[in-house]
Amino acid sequence: MTTRIFVPRDAAARAVGADRVAAAILDEAKRLGLAVEMVRTGSRGLFWLEPMVEVETSGGRIAFGPMTAKDVPGLFAGAAPFSAAHPLCVGRPEDIPFLKRQTRITFARCGIVDPLSLADYRAHGGWRGLERAKSLGAAATVEEVTKSGLRGRGGAGFPTGIKWKTVADTAADRKYIVCNADEGDSGTYADRMIMEGDPFLLIEGMAIAGFAVGATKGYVYIRSEYPDAIRVMERAIVLAEAEGLLGAAAKFDIEIRVGAGAYVCGEETSLLESLEGKRGQVRAKPPLPAHKGLFGKPTVINNLISLATVPAILADGAKHYADLGMGRSRGTMPIQLAGNVKHGGLFEAAFGLSLGEIVDDIGGGTASGRPVRAVQVGGPLGAYFPRALFDTPFDYEAFTARDGLVGHGGVVVFDDSVDMARQARFALEFCAIESCGKCTPCRIGSVRGTETMDKIIAGDRPEANLALIADLCQTLKFGSLCALGGFTPYPVMSAIKHFPEDFTRPRLAAAAE
Amino acid sequence: MPKAAVWDEGEANSIVRRHDGREGSLLPILHDLQAAFGCIPPAAVRLVADALNLTRAEVHGVVSFYHDFREQPAGRHVLKLCRAEACQSMDGERLAREVLDRLGLEWGDTTPDGRLTVEATYCLGLCACAPSAMLDGEPVARLTPQSLQDIVREAGR
Ligand SMILES: Cc1cc2nc3c(=O)[nH]c(=O)nc-3n(C[C@H](O)[C@H](O)[C@H](O)COP(=O)(O)O)c2cc1C
Ligand code: SF4
Ligand code: FES
Ligand code: FES
Repeated sequence: MTTRIFVPRDAAARAVGADRVAAAILDEAKRLGLAVEMVRTGSRGLFWLEPMVEVETSGGRIAFGPMTAKDVPGLFAGAAPFSAAHPLCVGRPEDIPFLKRQTRITFARCGIVDPLSLADYRAHGGWRGLERAKSLGAAATVEEVTKSGLRGRGGAGFPTGIKWKTVADTAADRKYIVCNADEGDSGTYADRMIMEGDPFLLIEGMAIAGFAVGATKGYVYIRSEYPDAIRVMERAIVLAEAEGLLGAAAKFDIEIRVGAGAYVCGEETSLLESLEGKRGQVRAKPPLPAHKGLFGKPTVINNLISLATVPAILADGAKHYADLGMGRSRGTMPIQLAGNVKHGGLFEAAFGLSLGEIVDDIGGGTASGRPVRAVQVGGPLGAYFPRALFDTPFDYEAFTARDGLVGHGGVVVFDDSVDMARQARFALEFCAIESCGKCTPCRIGSVRGTETMDKIIAGDRPEANLALIADLCQTLKFGSLCALGGFTPYPVMSAIKHFPEDFTRPRLAAAAE
Repeated sequence: MPKAAVWDEGEANSIVRRHDGREGSLLPILHDLQAAFGCIPPAAVRLVADALNLTRAEVHGVVSFYHDFREQPAGRHVLKLCRAEACQSMDGERLAREVLDRLGLEWGDTTPDGRLTVEATYCLGLCACAPSAMLDGEPVARLTPQSLQDIVREAGR
């Protein structure tokens, strides 16, 4: 009998040795003369257990992790190979609390199926969303997305259905669907996981968007830091074309475009400039991309997770999705636990969990075992939260009310060795490195801010210099065209507000490397 | 792996022509040219400007805007160390500093023997397995001083 063994090919799993484990499994099976069918999946998102190997048994799949190539012979050894008695056995994945507590809608298939098998995709509910959209018609499809309450998962949280309606209502000879897969925020990897683990989901989501608004061409703009995702997406498009799911018969094409290492190109108008082959300089709005977007044509530009959530909304109905969540944050959010956290990974759940539950219960505290001191939510433009704010529910409005943002759902945990003055300095330095150069506060102010922070770290007139920083942050907030300059004050001012002791502490070695 | 083939006008022309009829083809062309020649030399800027009916200043403006495009070829191997927040929280900065100091390099420098370029990058999406890096496009994570030293030694061969 052939044993089916699943090993992730997700980039993070590969980064910690999944390919070596896969090769060792095939070697050992060959040595023992055992028939093995290996499936390279995406990741389930339980990264502290990666490489996590799953073996199909009569009682379902059982998992082992974190595996190394050295552990492989042990997996096959003994009277009963792949036994639950193996020290690295973690049981059935669905029973692991981290997975069991989730509500997986967008990530329902990720880590389970062969990402490049159209048969798997269909067998696990693929294309049901597109089929229902076609049966509803374009206008009712847009209506369904609006009713679901889905808001953009790229950061701004704008209602997706309303964006689509604007494009649908704008007459033009040509319209575009652009998927924003630039995913530049530190602490985030949800887009990457879908591209590597369930690429047809994105294709289906974009096809639905194209049908709904009357667009025939889609672009996926993927950052160059994601070579694995680029490879899988390219291949998935070829496979979908071969089946007539994309191309002339489907009246919808998708093309991959690769970024070139500019964080600001995640900003939607900068991304459109980049797609047009220009410097990624932010455009003033209006006009909105929905009216005049790519090459001046009406364009839906959405984050990858927004698009990849649409198939499930169509397949199971808007109500099913809208029933989850709290307040004006409906449905689920793929929360990405990262940094100094014991259980780092992707946790898809309805909005409303408190930050404390996410970090302490689900994340299990720090990886270092030291106390959690600060958590940055929402990427490099997101605020640092102290433990005192751990009662904040994961919800767009609740985070805004506390001068923070949910952003793309990244949660980066720091232990008590963190120096918050350095984190504030980094936020300004990052703004300086990535500024598109259009606005003076962002281009010049960030450089001056970094220098001022260096003085504070060196103990040079901290009060006066902190006042300068506060002033500069006001200027950035109100004098910036986009959120790179406009939101850099969040990490800076939250660090100063919640961790003031780090800004007045004289340090032995003076700053700047 | 970055290779630094010598400039070949004919090959460059055929790379540019491969993108004929594509909308907004400048970035894909630059990526392909850099893959072939290891960088975007001045000759490439001229050639692309002519082919796309742009000024040299416009093409140069694009090349210089994006961190990925180089005007000089990199070393034989390129190690990109992540300097973003999730990697910082796992002591990535100290790890990076040790490597740079041991090699006597600053960010972006190449070893004198031309074997290794060390660059900063800001997030590789491996943030749950921090600290992370990428060697010649291959991801590596959960780095320790030892594992990073092994990677650097291997690349220096
Ligand atoms: C500096 C900056 C970087 C951004 N980076 C991203 C990104 O990497 N991915 C993304 O989806 N949105 C990013 N955004 C948000 C986009 O501008 C835009 O809101 C989003 O693509 C809209 O899609 P959504 O409505 O589906 O979220 C960024 C915004 C700014 C200001
Ligand atoms: S705030 Fe900064 S990144 Fe945004 S448009 Fe202005 S200069 Fe460009
Ligand atoms: S573009 Fe206005 S400052 Fe340069
Ligand atoms: S912050 Fe280093 S990989 Fe994301």
